[in-house]
Amino acid sequence: MALITGKKCGDEEMGALGLETEVAEARTTFDSGKTKGFEWRKSQLEALLRLLQEKEEDMLKVLKEDLGKHRVEAYRDEVGALTKSVDNALLNLKKWMAPEKVSLPLVAVPTVAEIVPEPLGVVLVISSWNFPIGLSLEPLIGAIAAGNAAVLKPSELAPATSEFLAVEIPKYLDCEAIKVIQGGPQVAEQLLDLKWDKIFFTGSAQVGRIVMTAAAKHLTPVTLELGGKCPAIFDSLKSSRDQRMAVGRVAGAKWGSCLGQACIGIDYLLVTDEYAPTLIELLKGVIKEFFSNSEHLARIVNKHHFQRLCNLLQDESVAASVVHGGSVNAEELFIEPTILLNPPLDKEIMTEEIFGPLLPIITLKKIEDSIEFLRARPKPLVIYAFTHDEKFKQRIVDDTSSGCVMFNDTLIQYLCDTIPFGGVGQSGFGQYHGKFSFDNFSNRKPVGRRNFLIEFSFRYPPWNEKKLQLLRHIYRFDYIGFVLCFLGLKR
Amino acid sequence: MEGKTSNEVFNREKAEATVKELRQSFRAGKTKTYEWRAAQLEGIARLIKEKESEITQALRSDLAKPEMESYLHEISLAKSACLFALKNLKKWMKPEKVPAAITTFPSSAQIVSEPLGVVLVISAWNYPFLLSIDPVIGAIVAGNAVVLKPSEIAPATSELFAKILPEYVDSSSIKVVEGGVPETTALLEQKWDKIFYTGNGKVGRIVMAAAAKNLTPVSLELGGKSPVLVDSDVNLKVAVKRIAVGKWGCNNGQACIAPDYIITTKSFAPQLVEALKVTLERFYGKNPLESADLSRIVNLNHFKHLTDMLDEENVSDKIVCGGQTDEKQLKIAPTLLLDVPHDSLIMKNEIFGPLLPIVTVDKLEDSFEIINSMSKPLAAYVFTKNKKLEQEFLSNVSAGGILVNDVALHLANLYLPFGGVGESGIGAYHGKFSFDAFSHKKAVLSRGFAGEAGARYPPYTPEKQWILKGLINGSIVALFLALFKRF
Repeated sequence: MALITGKKCGDEEMGALGLETEVAEARTTFDSGKTKGFEWRKSQLEALLRLLQEKEEDMLKVLKEDLGKHRVEAYRDEVGALTKSVDNALLNLKKWMAPEKVSLPLVAVPTVAEIVPEPLGVVLVISSWNFPIGLSLEPLIGAIAAGNAAVLKPSELAPATSEFLAVEIPKYLDCEAIKVIQGGPQVAEQLLDLKWDKIFFTGSAQVGRIVMTAAAKHLTPVTLELGGKCPAIFDSLKSSRDQRMAVGRVAGAKWGSCLGQACIGIDYLLVTDEYAPTLIELLKGVIKEFFSNSEHLARIVNKHHFQRLCNLLQDESVAASVVHGGSVNAEELFIEPTILLNPPLDKEIMTEEIFGPLLPIITLKKIEDSIEFLRARPKPLVIYAFTHDEKFKQRIVDDTSSGCVMFNDTLIQYLCDTIPFGGVGQSGFGQYHGKFSFDNFSNRKPVGRRNFLIEFSFRYPPWNEKKLQLLRHIYRFDYIGFVLCFLGLKR
Repeated sequence: MEGKTSNEVFNREKAEATVKELRQSFRAGKTKTYEWRAAQLEGIARLIKEKESEITQALRSDLAKPEMESYLHEISLAKSACLFALKNLKKWMKPEKVPAAITTFPSSAQIVSEPLGVVLVISAWNYPFLLSIDPVIGAIVAGNAVVLKPSEIAPATSELFAKILPEYVDSSSIKVVEGGVPETTALLEQKWDKIFYTGNGKVGRIVMAAAAKNLTPVSLELGGKSPVLVDSDVNLKVAVKRIAVGKWGCNNGQACIAPDYIITTKSFAPQLVEALKVTLERFYGKNPLESADLSRIVNLNHFKHLTDMLDEENVSDKIVCGGQTDEKQLKIAPTLLLDVPHDSLIMKNEIFGPLLPIVTVDKLEDSFEIINSMSKPLAAYVFTKNKKLEQEFLSNVSAGGILVNDVALHLANLYLPFGGVGESGIGAYHGKFSFDAFSHKKAVLSRGFAGEAGARYPPYTPEKQWILKGLINGSIVALFLALFKRF
């Protein structure tokens, strides 16, 4: 049951004027104060939960259609993760909305202060194609929880999902406040021309620059969730059980999640010369075990990216470094899990984010060299490291920079609501998930309250030396000195 | 120490070289240690103590700022920022342990604060000492290397920084670059890990657009028209003193959080105006242009900007107090205006000077429409004893900060975030918020190999899906099965 006030939504054709009208309506709705109340926010989140439950099959279907995702993968990575997030938001909403009391120094008495979170207003969420439902709704959860009106532009490169969202969201959510506007770069440009109170963008660095430049015209704060080449450092692990498990996690992160087209997927591995052969054999084994049936793997999103990935393998020296896989199926837009050993570092496969099922393994003399290797490169969204060495772990945390560091596992940081999710440097800025989502879409407004009871005359002009002295004492929290000075017993 | 020396101009090459040097310093790990950060802060604390009279002198030269204001609003606030940072540095630097989720059990999680790298601080002219040193303190405390570009419109303070800062801090990691538009442009072309800008919205847009090229996060401390809503039930004498000192006692109105305009009821306005007049005479005497307790207008440009506002048709006849100007001395007396037209210059732009328009309404509830018709200000004030009105003000007015029954004080409280929203800015600082503004909060999640959910991996089956569903929803049973079921 939609929270609609007698209005039919979602089936109009969107021209340029239609787009502006929709956004203007979201603004009017926000200005009316409707989205600020606890009840509204709760009802929207509950409606979102219902959508996730009732339309689960449809979601799994469109994800299969757009990306060839197996239903279990689609559930695990998108639908399920969202369910957890909405539950978490519902559980904590009241707490998040509550003002935060702040302690004050004695000198400020009698002032009482608190920090009151308030919505920013009307926010724009631009989502990406690889987790088209997850990356659309996860920010939306934050926007709604924080009391904003929101416009979502899903990626046109995942058309079935985009259509699904455009049709279903207005049925469940308040369509006067939450809008879905479909379209490609032109529509995005039109949207970016308008004034927003916040823009949340997930996508490539190149488009991220365009978004931020457009936002600058209106001084709109932005969050950019970008990507990068996320490395996995693979140290020697003692037991073969641990090794096997680690390799399973690597394989899951590389190929098991959207066939490598994930911002937090593993881009490449760093391992010692010595260990590389063992690792490759283990990987081959796991690939056979997990992915023999290509039905359990996603597809490349479109011809353009398929061609881009094939081109990465064109170079002779890169092609020569392939040690497993390499076969492609243009009709299916499928590329099998492929491993490369030491492709040249100056080739595109090692200078650009791969975003596909090609896994370069770069070998080093000793595993500690991985730190220098990473320091010389742009900061990624996540650094993975498989190791038992506590000292090495500490060095990785201290001496490298990335959005996140994950030890001995992959991808699951996405599910952890207590840690912030976001990049740094080239991988973006701004964070979300859990309360970080709520804060991302809020203005944390400090409120101080005074009364008229106590008044210090030395706050006011005309100035003289005595007033200056009194203030010096106060600022040094030298209350005795203050009292003495006040009483004229001290200079 | 960079800057204009003889015929040298700070151009792109110099900017590049400066950033390169700082990057090397940063990469060497110098600025990350507790010892380095503490040493820099101690250096700055010493600077403030030892050079207090030079600083006061520079502020007098740049702004004719009264010594009291220099002490109250710049020196003492800088000192407390420094000491507060020193006191809390160790605590802030410690990683924050957070509970991990059941979905990721067994795991341990923490949030580690790390410096962003090499940052640029561009400061403003109205509190040229504080607005330079305060963000720099934040940059240092978070472990960054930093370039400070003080405002060229406050040249004495800028020069002072260029001269004395290197004597007190590590100049291989903390640099001062003096200059105007060309130098700032050269700096903005470089790649920074953060840019912190204090100033106006026009330049703020330029800074953000330049930052966008390198995906550099920004903090923009801008301004706006800070409204003061005055109810008739207040202790008028006290309220008026607080408004007056917040307006004219803060650089003669040239402050981003100074009251810009007052809104009150038609019936109360005459009393309010009278009370303000009495207070103004008490503070500044019968000839305010000669009072030593009033700052002057910073330069001719801003002086003209203010006199243009006063001279506008239908505005000049609304002056009910003050209005005297002295172009030679760049002085303007505290001026009250009553009911200027809503579309006048003085009501459309941030005043940033000693002119205080009073807008009257029939009832106070009508004021929200007026306030919200303008862009969100840095601060908003309400004077009232009526709890209901106070609550309405809080819910209806969005601003960087709100103060009830006083003016400007919140900026001195190091436990409150200081920053704008909408046109008044992006980001916040002061106290720990400064540390956070210049840090990256890195999530660190650690797992072992004890528990393994075979259900995570293909080949996928309905049974695996069932377990994953339960696991994601925090079901203990599913967790048990996930950990122990063999596939």
